Amino acid sequence: MKILVCISKTADTTAKIAFTPDQKSFLETGVQFIINPYDEWYALVRAVELKEQYPDTVLHLITVGGADAEPILRKALAIGGDAAFRVDLQPISIEQVALSIAAHVKQEGYDLIFTGKETIDYNGSGVGGYLAGLLDWPFVSLATRFDYNGQTATVEREIEGGREICEASLPLVVSCQKGMAEQRIPNMRGIMAARTKPLQVLAAPPEAQQPAISIDHFALPPKKSGVHLIEPGNEEELVRLLHEEAKVI
Amino acid sequence: MAIFVFADQHQGTFKKAALETLFYASQLASSRQQEVVAVVMGEINQPRALADLGKYGARRVLHVDAAWLNDFDARLYALVLKEMLNQYAADRCLMPHDFNGRALAPYLAAQWQAGLLTGIVSLPDDKDCYQKQVFSGKATAWIKLQTERQVLTLLPNTFTPQPGDSQAQVERWQPTQVSAQQKRIQLKEVQTTQGRVPLTEASIIVSGGRGLKGPENWGMIEQLAEVLGAATACSRPVADAGWRPHHEHVGQTGLTVRPNLYIAIGISGAIQHLAGVNGSKYIVVINKDPEAPFFQAADYGIVGDAFEVVPRLIEAIKKYKGIS
Ligand SMILES: Cc1cc2nc3c(=O)[nH]c(=O)nc-3n(C[C@H](O)[C@H](O)[C@H](O)COP(=O)(O)OP(=O)(O)OC[C@H]3O[C@@H](n4cnc5c(N)ncnc54)[C@H](O)[C@@H]3O)c2cc1C
Repeated sequence: MKILVCISKTADTTAKIAFTPDQKSFLETGVQFIINPYDEWYALVRAVELKEQYPDTVLHLITVGGADAEPILRKALAIGGDAAFRVDLQPISIEQVALSIAAHVKQEGYDLIFTGKETIDYNGSGVGGYLAGLLDWPFVSLATRFDYNGQTATVEREIEGGREICEASLPLVVSCQKGMAEQRIPNMRGIMAARTKPLQVLAAPPEAQQPAISIDHFALPPKKSGVHLIEPGNEEELVRLLHEEAKVI
Repeated sequence: MAIFVFADQHQGTFKKAALETLFYASQLASSRQQEVVAVVMGEINQPRALADLGKYGARRVLHVDAAWLNDFDARLYALVLKEMLNQYAADRCLMPHDFNGRALAPYLAAQWQAGLLTGIVSLPDDKDCYQKQVFSGKATAWIKLQTERQVLTLLPNTFTPQPGDSQAQVERWQPTQVSAQQKRIQLKEVQTTQGRVPLTEASIIVSGGRGLKGPENWGMIEQLAEVLGAATACSRPVADAGWRPHHEHVGQTGLTVRPNLYIAIGISGAIQHLAGVNGSKYIVVINKDPEAPFFQAADYGIVGDAFEVVPRLIEAIKKYKGIS
């Protein structure tokens, strides 16, 4: 089996969110970057587990980004994977990422592709579905469990107020979230091995060059006016405020 | 030209987020003199529900009445929608940014060669830009789609429908290029969490954190949720410890919610937690530590011990609602 895991570089969850003076782009100075948690904790770790279960599995990682994304790819390789690819493009939209990855998939051939459910910066939640659509492969989104018996994949996905369990054959694209696997901390051996694993830079395909969107500007949300504190013991006052002032009950 | 909306239903009941999207589309359409077409997939046992979509702004309903479309399948639904959108020479398709919409919208955009914008929270402004939450709710972006064909998803709980009394004209529609043979995913089982409001549809959420000490103390959380008709949620460490199921975990790495009222009990308000809840219209924080960061994001707060405050709050709500 040949698996591809899509990896995205995102700002750390505690990063201060600020924008350039023209409000056009995210201010990266002083920001720590991490592997997007959904890609790392769930997609990548589950793929590594599958490789442990089926040792002849080939596991590749891919990211679409500039050279500054390479440390993130190395970090991911320390958790697992045989080789990594970086498509050299600074994407701003979902389809740029998906078109870049699809071009590689068509060249290289895979049976299974994992993505995270969304990135924690642009929260698009679209790369997996768009990629599957480009490849015309079946797609299961927001998976909380994935098992493979050598022939059929059994996937559990979240729905409103419950979950669905479905079966599919490969090839397949799956977007992953909590439940798929447990976070793994890379060990020293993994970190050392990652340094020498192949990391190949690919040119972005022409169809991925032009984004379908343009970002006009960003803004931070207005500050809350301050909390209205109610004395403990005076819960009836809180109920009154929720009813009369906030009008939410 | 019409605006098409994927109206997701389960056994004849339309999802709340689908009705919100229809309403949103009707707002969008009225400024452009367009009409709204609702697309319904799968068999319906309550045909009246279809015409009733008119109340939410649909002028027409195209019902793809086929048993092989009863179960959601992103690929199959996208192929059917694509054929329909092409036949009607449509240029815009909307759906909710919910579990199914998040799978279908990108698949459709790829197949139909449309621009995609997900998770919008506003009508377009005079520059044709839509607002979208980014950095997990920590900022907003104004984004414009450059393509003629557009697929958009609307964040649930953003627009509140005001149902009217119109009825939609219902038509059956059959695809000719897509059939049951193309099905490659088989649904085996559906498990529903009994009796509770789904978290993503809830207008009130009661959420508990590590301050509640252990799963045995969730009785009062559930009781508070019950008197309010609310859903229950939790912080990440609570789900990680197995005190509550994973699907209740909200925050940057869990579910993003936007209820009208979010009540946080024994949750410190770490930045990753706030990221998933800061779209809530009102936030109430109950925490014994006056320095807890959550108070800075709150509208109302009580500094106190949850084990004393929550039972009194339950009584106060019962009294207000006239429940004894
Ligand atoms: C990459 C990353 C992603 C993360 N994603 C998420 C996420 O999605 N969601 C999330 O929630 N967290 C997330 N976290 C974890 C987050 O940083 C916090 O650790 C977590 O939210 C804390 O949970 P808590 O508030 O329940 O617990 P604590 O921080 O331990 O807070 C407990 C609170 O309870 C109060 N308390 C104690 N006893 C009482 C009492 N008797 N009455 C009233 N109050 C009391 C305390 O004063 C304290 O404020 C993430 C962390 C990282 C690093």
